[in-house]
Amino acid sequence: MSEPGSTQNEQEMIVEIEDLSRHFVVRRSVGRLRREKRVVRAVDGISFTVGKGECVGYIGANGAGKSTTIKMLTGILVPTSGRVRVCGLEPVRQRRELARRIGVVFGQRSQLWWDLPLAESFRLLAAIHRLPAERAAARLERCVELLDIGPFLDTPVRQLSLGQRMRGEVTAALLHSPELLLLDEPTVGLDIVSKEALRAFLAAERAETGTTILLTTHDLPDIERLSDRVVVVDGGQVVHTGTLSGLAAEAGVDRVLTVELTAPAEPLGDVPGTRLLSVEAGGLRQHLAVTGSAAAAVAAVSARTELRDLTIAEPDIEDVVARLYRRAAAARSSTVD
Amino acid sequence: MRAGFRRYAIYRRATLAGAFTNTVFGVIRVSIFFAAADAAGGSVAGYDRAALSTYTWVGQGLIAVVWLFAWTPVTLRVRSGDVAIDLGRPVHPIAAWLAEDIGRAGQACLIRFIGPLLVGGLLYGLQVPTRWTTVPLFVLSATLAVVVSFGGRILVSLIAFWLVDVRGVLTLYVLTSNVLCGLLVPVHFLPGWAQAFAYATPFPSMLQVPLDMATERYSDAESVGLLAMQVGWVAVLLAVAVRVFDRGTRKLVLQGG
Amino acid sequence: MADTRVYATLLRAGMAGQATYRASFAVELVGTALGMGLDFVEIFAVFHQVPSIAGLSFVEVVLVFAIASTGFATADLLVGQSDAVIRHVRDGTFDVVLLRPLSVLGQLAAADVQLRRLGRVSVSLLLLVVVLVRLDLDWTPARAAMAVLAPIAATVVFGALFVAAGGIAFWVVDATEVTSALTYGSAYLAQWPTGVLTPVLARFFTFVIPAAFTAYLPALALLGKPDPTGLPEWLPWASPLAAVAAAVAAGLVWRSGVRHYVGAGG
Repeated sequence: MSEPGSTQNEQEMIVEIEDLSRHFVVRRSVGRLRREKRVVRAVDGISFTVGKGECVGYIGANGAGKSTTIKMLTGILVPTSGRVRVCGLEPVRQRRELARRIGVVFGQRSQLWWDLPLAESFRLLAAIHRLPAERAAARLERCVELLDIGPFLDTPVRQLSLGQRMRGEVTAALLHSPELLLLDEPTVGLDIVSKEALRAFLAAERAETGTTILLTTHDLPDIERLSDRVVVVDGGQVVHTGTLSGLAAEAGVDRVLTVELTAPAEPLGDVPGTRLLSVEAGGLRQHLAVTGSAAAAVAAVSARTELRDLTIAEPDIEDVVARLYRRAAAARSSTVD
Repeated sequence: MRAGFRRYAIYRRATLAGAFTNTVFGVIRVSIFFAAADAAGGSVAGYDRAALSTYTWVGQGLIAVVWLFAWTPVTLRVRSGDVAIDLGRPVHPIAAWLAEDIGRAGQACLIRFIGPLLVGGLLYGLQVPTRWTTVPLFVLSATLAVVVSFGGRILVSLIAFWLVDVRGVLTLYVLTSNVLCGLLVPVHFLPGWAQAFAYATPFPSMLQVPLDMATERYSDAESVGLLAMQVGWVAVLLAVAVRVFDRGTRKLVLQGG
Repeated sequence: MADTRVYATLLRAGMAGQATYRASFAVELVGTALGMGLDFVEIFAVFHQVPSIAGLSFVEVVLVFAIASTGFATADLLVGQSDAVIRHVRDGTFDVVLLRPLSVLGQLAAADVQLRRLGRVSVSLLLLVVVLVRLDLDWTPARAAMAVLAPIAATVVFGALFVAAGGIAFWVVDATEVTSALTYGSAYLAQWPTGVLTPVLARFFTFVIPAAFTAYLPALALLGKPDPTGLPEWLPWASPLAAVAAAVAAGLVWRSGVRHYVGAGG
């Protein structure tokens, strides 16, 4: 992590996770007398960092260890081993101080007061975080405007729809202008319109205040819209970190460049930065896998032959991730057994 | 009846814990009684130490059997409208509920009655029965006590047909019954006018009477008389309960409950 | 401290939920006051038969009762629901408490405050005043201080019992009935002279679970009477210290409980 001269050194690390593990011991009664002990490694030695101002997507299948990681980041759960620092603080030991600096949104659990009107929750949180009245009001007004929560500010939280509640939760999490915003499956169960509104709001918020965001999700469009980087976790271990497009390359799923030529040509087998996949209509239409930059590939092909039209098909992200999971599972089963 | 028996068998851990609670309270109560007996020169209101110990521990054991706490299953059924299902069955609901309650009481006998009785008896000693009639009289009286208690609880529960929030009435009922049934102190401790008032209610028949059987306070003839009183209360309470229930369901049906 | 204002705000939010049902709240208020009458009837009935218990007269025992009742009802008002932790854990609403920059216990106490206990608190205080007047004590500055401190110390001790029970609940989920038995049993015992118990039990309920320090020993200090079981003369005056010790012990149990929850993954 501390390579001399690396740009990451100059950037402040908001989240630092080093070889973090969390094991659960599960006891099951087998028969009448014996109890069988099994160790579940929910998180098994993961390491990554999130720099200030970054937005990182944390993807994984159910049970991959995403929520467990978030719990350890917020101080709700103690790690079995490894090191975790959030905003430079130890989450479990310095829980209360950390709570002032981060905002958390749980998809499944609510942080609002169930029986009271939404506005009352905001008022209570402003008091808890000791926010000056004008600042709280300014933050609230901004969220009201961008998330359109004005119409139901006086409704008790338990009567809100899921979409309305999530917008309220995000407002609540950002009320005290935290350095880090953690979101655990925030778009689960939401309709398309609410999802879009939430994503747009988070993108805008990040652009304006530079809040660091760590987001776990199933919904890959969330990642596409918001994240710079992704961390893919499976079976409690990190299987990939990097950019989204890097993800596609890593998973071995290609972007396909389809070229329509003005005249049938020989198969373009050796264009630099591409790999020939297939040829149609006697060479009139050819499919090439892009192995490097798409722009360079297009330039290289047009240098060779005259193009009438071209399309670039991005791989389906779902496929990419599925491939990655399968790859990782295969790698695990071949090394563990 | 079997359904009630089995349902309460599942709550075994809760039962043990409940027995523990009864035991703790029993220890404190018997200590207070002993101190009173000492202060009075050996016996209080006709109870000597052995009798007081027996009274306390048989009493603590009977609490769960006779069920002197709050009791809400029927109230909930009336409130939710599930009582309509009970109406559809061939047996009159009150009879069905009574059978279920007797099953519950029988199950409670195992741990919640024997538990405190054993512990208390070992620690504080019990009065040994001198007459062969004592145990049968006690068993009979205790069984009747369960039914009398059921009668009272049912009547309170049936108020749910007319009153939305029965909690206040239920609390009042539990408090009154605890005083007048001989749970806190034997009814015989109370001033004369209070005793007369108590015996005009069904409450002593729920606890005091079987306990008096256990401590051999009365002669056999007098005891039979007390049994007759219990039977009387059973008849009165159940008859009233049936009438009230029929009026309540009629109201429910008319209103389209 | 800014934080106290925050807890006050949380308290008001907790109360807002309770006071919404005005009518049934009034009923509960009366109900808890009547429940106190139950315990009083027991004392009255026993003294109808005998003139003294463990060396104390009727009015003197009522003094013990009044102090214990005030302390217990106030503690129940404030932290009586700390064992409701289990309910929060099961509902999944406990984690939220950990996510806020406030103490866990403070939040639970503020949110679950039992306003209906006010019925018993006020009646007990009234009774205490009446009895103190009726007893016509030999008032010294020390006794006056004790008269004020006693109900406060009683509240602290009972509060400590509740909090300790809550802490234990984190470790052993099903222990609630057992801890309740000991807590409410201690409250029952505290209303009577501890001398009624056998010496072994009396020592247990003095030094292990400090029930005697809640009301009986302070009452002895006020009455100027010696303890029949032979405890030293100065011990009753140490009641406030015992309360502090109980609070510290309870705090440790609570914190270890929360730590266990976080360590085990809830």
